[in-house]
Amino acid sequence: MTNQIRRGGLKLETHKRRSTMRPLRAASVPDLFVLPLNQHAGTPARPLVAAGDRVARGQPIAEPVGDVSAWLHAPASGIVRAIENRPSPLARDGSLCIVIENDGADRAFDAHPQLPADAPPHEMREHIARGGIVGLGGAVFPTSAKLLRAPEQNAHLIVNGAECEPWISCDDMLLRERADDVIAGAEMLCRALQAEGCTIAVEDDMVEAAEALRLAARKSASPPRIVEVPSIYPAGGERQLITTLTGREVPSGGLPQDIGIVCQNVGTVAAIARWLRDGEPLIRRIVTVTGGAIAHAANLDVHLGTPFATLIEDCGGFREPPARLIMGGTMMGIAMSEDSLPVVKGTNCIVAASAADLQPPGPEMPCIRCGNCSEVCPAYLLPQQLHRFALAGELDNLDRYGLFDCIECGCCDYVCPSQIPLVERFRRAKPELSRHLAMRAMAPRAKASYEAREARLERLEAERRAKLAEKRKSITNKT
Amino acid sequence: MPLPTPQPPHTVAPNSVSRVMRIVLIALIPAILLHTVFFGVGILVQLTLAIATALASEYVALRLRQQPVRQFLTDGSALITAVLLAMCLPPLAPWWLVVSGTAFGILIAKHLYGGLGSNPFNPAMVGYAVLLVSFPVQLTRWLSPDIGGLAPVDMSFGDSLYAIFVGTLPPHLTWDAVTSPTPLDAVRTSLKAGLTLQEAQATPIFGMLGGRGWEWVNLAVLLGGIWILSLRIIRWHIPVAVLAGLAVPAAIMHAVDPGSYAGAVFHLTSGASMLGAFFIATDPISAATSDRGRLVYGFGIGSIAYTIRTWGGYPDGIAFAVLLMNLAVPLIDRYTVPRIYGRAA
Repeated sequence: MTNQIRRGGLKLETHKRRSTMRPLRAASVPDLFVLPLNQHAGTPARPLVAAGDRVARGQPIAEPVGDVSAWLHAPASGIVRAIENRPSPLARDGSLCIVIENDGADRAFDAHPQLPADAPPHEMREHIARGGIVGLGGAVFPTSAKLLRAPEQNAHLIVNGAECEPWISCDDMLLRERADDVIAGAEMLCRALQAEGCTIAVEDDMVEAAEALRLAARKSASPPRIVEVPSIYPAGGERQLITTLTGREVPSGGLPQDIGIVCQNVGTVAAIARWLRDGEPLIRRIVTVTGGAIAHAANLDVHLGTPFATLIEDCGGFREPPARLIMGGTMMGIAMSEDSLPVVKGTNCIVAASAADLQPPGPEMPCIRCGNCSEVCPAYLLPQQLHRFALAGELDNLDRYGLFDCIECGCCDYVCPSQIPLVERFRRAKPELSRHLAMRAMAPRAKASYEAREARLERLEAERRAKLAEKRKSITNKT
Repeated sequence: MPLPTPQPPHTVAPNSVSRVMRIVLIALIPAILLHTVFFGVGILVQLTLAIATALASEYVALRLRQQPVRQFLTDGSALITAVLLAMCLPPLAPWWLVVSGTAFGILIAKHLYGGLGSNPFNPAMVGYAVLLVSFPVQLTRWLSPDIGGLAPVDMSFGDSLYAIFVGTLPPHLTWDAVTSPTPLDAVRTSLKAGLTLQEAQATPIFGMLGGRGWEWVNLAVLLGGIWILSLRIIRWHIPVAVLAGLAVPAAIMHAVDPGSYAGAVFHLTSGASMLGAFFIATDPISAATSDRGRLVYGFGIGSIAYTIRTWGGYPDGIAFAVLLMNLAVPLIDRYTVPRIYGRAA
């Protein structure tokens, strides 16, 4: 599977300029921070503090549980007010959150373990984990878990700056204003991975970002390759980007490391630099605040736990009542019911969409099998067939036609003339298919144990008969 | 008040089934206009009858099936069935022919199978096939290509209406005077009678490429087809495969025995070749669904149509070829699933 050309995807109209016209600036710091314990993929973190404790900025307040989990740190100094269930952008029923009241003193935590400058790669990997760093592209997969699974050496590092959602520009602004952090982080990560090389990818319409990167790379001893990829959504999908850059495909059901690649978002890499170089764990991130309902769209440097409403205020408030509030982009982002929810590690963007920004689907019509969906599918699936199987509950066919290869990018929904909510149907079918596959995997075991029992019973019966026959024989012989 | 929280994506392209159908209908207008130029105004009457019947049948079926009438009546799919069927019928065919064919297509072939999106067979072709096997005589009464104004006989709009609604010609006309066999028919019967292709094509119904008039209608259909192709309403796979399915065997047979077999250009520009390739076989509902599947499906239609034309019992074979390949779609779909990203071929 070498030299594949990436197929599928969409040329979408971008709205990035709205938020990139203004320079990056710091957001207001709130009085109260709300920090969900499940703001990374995997197992929620376990609190290390209790209500009433004083905490310093950067102090660890929750520790990882198991391999796929992450540290959480206090975004400012203050007092822990509560550890309780609160509305969160991550779960419909809210999440367990640590609530910290800002004391305004901005006292920094100074007891972080130090990493020697000449630390060996495995120590660097372990130290990165302590920074609470997760994938900031939106998937929030703990970086420590990614590094744990990465090849011992000679992996190729791909740093993903191909920000393909049409509204999001936080990676673009990061590259324009802090390209040094990205280059430094990439160098450190290369050392931790003992990588054979590094490629940084941006979309071909991110001209300023690419220029800033090239400028910063000039100062580097081992400058990474900087590549502009066509801005065809979802160019920044991990698998799609890897194929665009290398011509190779990540195996179905596998991970990039299976083909010797580690892929990290530019924001993640910059966060690694801030942690290793400056000792600042992941307590801030850049958030794009945009949408037709926002007065002055911009990118803000935000403390985790800050309510959306504070950022919206910072951007001049609502120009009109928003029709929808989306965390993430319009293609894959999640609609939020209110603006009091806190910024989490995965909050790359808040779109306060006006009605004009949205083209909501019309009444759903039956599928006419036009195949627009399969033409744009970046996983080369046949969404029209998957949809039919999902409606009919044909689980084995859903498996065979690759339901789990669907990356939920929304391209199929976008082009469907029948306005069918395909991704929604697929998302709903996935747990059902998981259960079915688990049952199917269990079936041979159940069959084996049933057959073993049958055989045992048969053997016992045969033995009993043999004994009986022997007894009869001995009796007959006696008489 | 909490804001709505629907699932992503939050925006879609402004596209709809009715837009797709509307564009397909517009693409057929040049062909219909040329049809009237060469074969008279009969087709306009046929179109009117077919559309009225299609909408009425659709309405009845939707009411019976308790479906949202407005949403489905305006989707344009019934109009396409009507227009395609009307374009396949002789312009002076009696009114009950087009009415019963259209009603059969909509009620039986479409709605009995579950309506839009669920019909395994192309409704227009089912309607046409039913008429062809039931009323073969009426369906062979094609008008001479020059009847639209250049003809020696004078046929007015009133005469056309008379023929369609009364079922016979007005007293001053005879069928022999106004009809002529279609080029496909003429070639067939002449070859069967022992003539060579060259002798068969020496009659005035033949033009530069195919039949007089027919070639222009087919070129107009091709134009419309290229237009919807450029708008990405259809993909290239089916039309190219249908035309290849017709042209490849035709070219081979013509090369082997030019006296007995018509060439590729004749086949491509005669009968319903272009209409079949761009507008009938491309009905996505009853077609194969993957790119590779559509190539197989289209080539099947083209080659079956060629076989029927050349050795079968009917002068044109597009309708039966489409229906036969409709039948094969589940099989084709099963064996032409594309390779999924990250999986071995």
